[in-house]
Amino acid sequence: MNPSGQQQFRLPGRGSRIGAKSVRFTFDNKPYEALEGDTLASALLANGVHLMGRSFKYHRPRGVLAAGVEEPNALMQISRDNARTTPNVRASVQEVYDGLQAQSQNRFPTLNFDIGGVNNLLSPFFAAGFYYKTFKWPAAAWDKIYEPFIRRAAGLGQAPTEDDPDRYSNRFAHCDVLIIGGGAAGLMAAKLAAKKKQTIIICDENPHFGGWLLSDTDIRIDGKAGPDWAADTITELAAMNNVRLLNRTTGIGYFQQNMVVLNQRITEHQSKPESGDARERMWQVRAGKVIIAQGAIERHMVFPDNDRPGIMQASAAQSFLNKFGVAVGSQVAVYTACDTAYAAAFDLAEEGIDIPIIVEHRTDIADDLLAQASELGIRVITGAVVEGTGGKLRINSVTFAKQNGNDRETIEVDALITSAGWTPSLHLYSQSRGKPQWDEDTQRFLPGESPQECVSIGACNGTDDLSDIFAEAAKCTGSRAPRHAIEDDVSTMSGFIGATGTSADKGKAFVDFQNDVTAKDIALAVREGMHSIEHVKRYTTNGMATDQGKLSNMHGLAIASKLLKKPIPAVGLTTFRAPYTPTTFGSFVGHSRGRLFDPIRQTPIHDWAVENGAEFEPVSQWRRAWYFPRSGEDMHQAVDRECQTVRSVAGVFDASTLGKIEVVGPDAAAFMNIIYTNGWDKLKPGRAKYGIMCREDGFIYDDGVVGKLSNNRFHVTTTTGGAPRVLNHMEDFLQTEFPDMRVWLTSTSEQWATIAVQGPKARQIIEPLITGVTISNEKFPHMSVVECNVCGVPARLFRISFTGELGFEINVPADYGRAVWEAVWERAEPLGACVYGTEAMHVMRAEKGYIIVGQDTDGTVTPYDAGLSWAIAKAKPDFVGKRGLQRPDLMAQGRRQLVGLATKDPSKVLEEGAQIVADPTCPVPMKMIGFVTSSYWSGTLGKSVALALIEDGTNLIGKSLYAPMADEVIEVEVTGTVFYDTKGERLHG
Amino acid sequence: MANANVATPNNPTSGNRFANSSVTIEAAAPAARISFRATPKGAKDFGKTLGIDLPTKPGLSASNSSLSALWIGPDEWLIIDTKNSINSLMPRRENANFCATDVSHRNVAFIISGDGAENTLCASCPRDLSPAAFPVGTASRTIFGKAEVVLLRIGKTSFRLECWRSFSPYVWDLLIDGAQDAHI
Repeated sequence: MNPSGQQQFRLPGRGSRIGAKSVRFTFDNKPYEALEGDTLASALLANGVHLMGRSFKYHRPRGVLAAGVEEPNALMQISRDNARTTPNVRASVQEVYDGLQAQSQNRFPTLNFDIGGVNNLLSPFFAAGFYYKTFKWPAAAWDKIYEPFIRRAAGLGQAPTEDDPDRYSNRFAHCDVLIIGGGAAGLMAAKLAAKKKQTIIICDENPHFGGWLLSDTDIRIDGKAGPDWAADTITELAAMNNVRLLNRTTGIGYFQQNMVVLNQRITEHQSKPESGDARERMWQVRAGKVIIAQGAIERHMVFPDNDRPGIMQASAAQSFLNKFGVAVGSQVAVYTACDTAYAAAFDLAEEGIDIPIIVEHRTDIADDLLAQASELGIRVITGAVVEGTGGKLRINSVTFAKQNGNDRETIEVDALITSAGWTPSLHLYSQSRGKPQWDEDTQRFLPGESPQECVSIGACNGTDDLSDIFAEAAKCTGSRAPRHAIEDDVSTMSGFIGATGTSADKGKAFVDFQNDVTAKDIALAVREGMHSIEHVKRYTTNGMATDQGKLSNMHGLAIASKLLKKPIPAVGLTTFRAPYTPTTFGSFVGHSRGRLFDPIRQTPIHDWAVENGAEFEPVSQWRRAWYFPRSGEDMHQAVDRECQTVRSVAGVFDASTLGKIEVVGPDAAAFMNIIYTNGWDKLKPGRAKYGIMCREDGFIYDDGVVGKLSNNRFHVTTTTGGAPRVLNHMEDFLQTEFPDMRVWLTSTSEQWATIAVQGPKARQIIEPLITGVTISNEKFPHMSVVECNVCGVPARLFRISFTGELGFEINVPADYGRAVWEAVWERAEPLGACVYGTEAMHVMRAEKGYIIVGQDTDGTVTPYDAGLSWAIAKAKPDFVGKRGLQRPDLMAQGRRQLVGLATKDPSKVLEEGAQIVADPTCPVPMKMIGFVTSSYWSGTLGKSVALALIEDGTNLIGKSLYAPMADEVIEVEVTGTVFYDTKGERLHG
Repeated sequence: MANANVATPNNPTSGNRFANSSVTIEAAAPAARISFRATPKGAKDFGKTLGIDLPTKPGLSASNSSLSALWIGPDEWLIIDTKNSINSLMPRRENANFCATDVSHRNVAFIISGDGAENTLCASCPRDLSPAAFPVGTASRTIFGKAEVVLLRIGKTSFRLECWRSFSPYVWDLLIDGAQDAHI
């Protein structure tokens, strides 16, 4: 070792995962060297850097605790550039690449000197439940002081401020067997299942398959070292075309019917990602069978000041040594309640690192362990506890004693490794809706039977011995147990030990590092009445950080169980939720960003509207032409002009987005009678009718004009946004309530492009384009439909109006939409007509009091409320909504009814949504008797027009009401809903 | 020669073509399409007219030169003819046993072909499209991202994807995005 130079803690010749090539990276802007294959944590440790972060609440200095995904402390901001910066990346997971920039988090101004550290001194005030207790009073302080304060303190790291330039992708996959975890258990299962010709996906969250075999180099399988056996197995699997190997891929969630979601990180480790590669890929895998081989996670020991940099899991120290050739210190003490820590200690000692003491919590230790320790000159004190540690930014001493307090001793160290046993990872098993079972013998939760086709093997199933693990892999794949000679220096493994110790009542003994929860906090929560682990968790925030309690949950549970004097299973276990590890939004979003966020639907005439300067508005997924401003016009002027041109000459409008449903069959009319409130028996082929559709509860669901093409065939139109749900509603009733009716429904919304021509000159415009029919007022009156040819293509022509003017709607097959539109426009323009958009359409229909479902109705409006009682065929024996409409509350007097509002000052345009009151002088909160649903400036009438739902509205016609706004109260008069051409004569022009 | 008085058709997908080393995606030529709903008798009768037995099991299709009939639901078929006109396809008369609706212009189609065709589709379609589960001739109404589509496997490494016309720009872009990973 070379303590003065770079990478002074790198041991030459050690580390199976690192290459010879150096890479350079920066941490808090300081340059460092690392070796290819390093994680950020191993690279910093190689350089003697243990201080990697500050804790969330107390801002205590923290080092790396783990070598895997469970790391709670060393969370970093990793950046390539301003747009590619990711907060809260675990240094133990991030692979170092040339040029990587890492910043520590939650400190100001620097990691070494952090002003927030004052919180540590104030910590008596920040005990569990602090927030609940403190911010209750005075109530007024919440907005001004508490919430801003908490918001400032909340969150870790910086979210990027620029758009993410990278691509993320998704893949749906199916396989016979999905294996999650590529350690000894998973690899063996894959090897055996692959021989059975099954399709297999095996994933592992690490860059390399092998799991613990890569960290414990003393294991021999058939004489081969663990890493070599793993490498050979991978080579074998990679050559088989029924096996897909996914490294750097985490099983993040287990859902219904064996749907497991995997998150693959593709470029996070690359210095210069290849352009075109997705940064991450989400795999949504539907597996015949799932084999969970997630492994286990080592718990830390809980004792005062157990969070100083330099204190870490024994398994982490072993991994750093054997995978990366990094020594975690030069004088490394051990505190353990589990045999596996000895393996770590022995490996370090064999490299010449001083192991001054093993503080053993248990009293009975296997002789062979003690013998090996003594052979390596390591002192072991049994039945002992660590009472505290010293040091500021790094541990420099450890104080330990016998459990009764005798033989207290303090020695100098620069690292302390601990083990309180291993927690089997039940996350995915639990997400499969399997119930964890408490195993009294080994004091841990183990998987039981999952209701889904899945099995847990290996360490996550509580199986510690490698021979047993291989036998499990054989059993779950239906293979004969393979025979392998397995050797190891330390093979036994102890179960869970209540590692709270007597000393945990003093000082800060951390249970949850990331959320700064101590053993005392858990005790306080129990004292204050939190007796369920779910309550303890929420009161203390134990297990609620981004690591989701991978280290802390079992400790919290054990401490609470001890204080409550209840067995652990009686205290309960908190729920495991997806994702298993933090997953980026990009990965969840996948392809669905930008243009692919949601389909944007355009009509066949859309491009013409673009070319002619239309402004567009979104209507459900559609983009509709909103208005067509001429140069110098604002929206208001354009809409005024469009309305007035339609009313005085004519206008052409793209109505293609209207929903269209073809209702066909011998029972079509009977079906229409059921679905609509109107009667359809008398309608003759060639005629059309406005129909209202209710839900069973009697409220308006949709409306539209329906044309009868023949005795068997109706052409139904729906609102633009309502098309899919109306078809579903119809299918629902047809299939479940009226399966005997011989009727078929087909969506034809997109078969037809629909061109509305409205206005006094509408007939003059279209007449020459039409062949096969006469469209005079006598031969083709208002509310007619005919099949004919328009511009030489087969068309369905309607005589209908949504403006109150003489109007036609031409439906032609969509491919011809644009050409026919252009032909119509070629006729219309010279006559002085205009094209108009949805805004003018809205104004004109409001002038006529025509409702828009969803704007003038809100799902609580009946046809009676909307003034459409004429559209209800009361004599019909039944229709959907008939019984609903007979409910007393729907028949009651005083319901909100649709009326018109005329502002006293005609130039004032009400705000849509404005509340209406009867008496604006009564005290606040005053009674609101209704609200404005539609409101426009009518250029045609030279005044504002509005529709509103008002309690008992029809009886208030002629009365004054008020709309109290922020800066004024607007007086309105209640009117009828028709403002223009009240007799409706223009329709028949 | 086209009649000068007849409007010219305009299809949103025409000319679309994309290719990389694993997959080619092209707009299919305009086709005649019928959404056919029928009783078993109606299906049998129409099958005779078409010269093709309408399949009666989920996932099946039947083809006869340019004509294909895809099982969509227990009483629903999508009839596609890539050569003949809709007029020659539509039943002359209405009948109590069936309903034929011209949807030629409602749908557009893309042909996805090449070794990466399956992967391209699997980026956004949750169906198992492996040859074992979805052999040549299989048809299915399914989803592609947020769009409803009908998939027909027309060859070992080629598919026909039908979608509603206004979804075609979305489906096209999504196909191209999926094609980036088709080799994986």
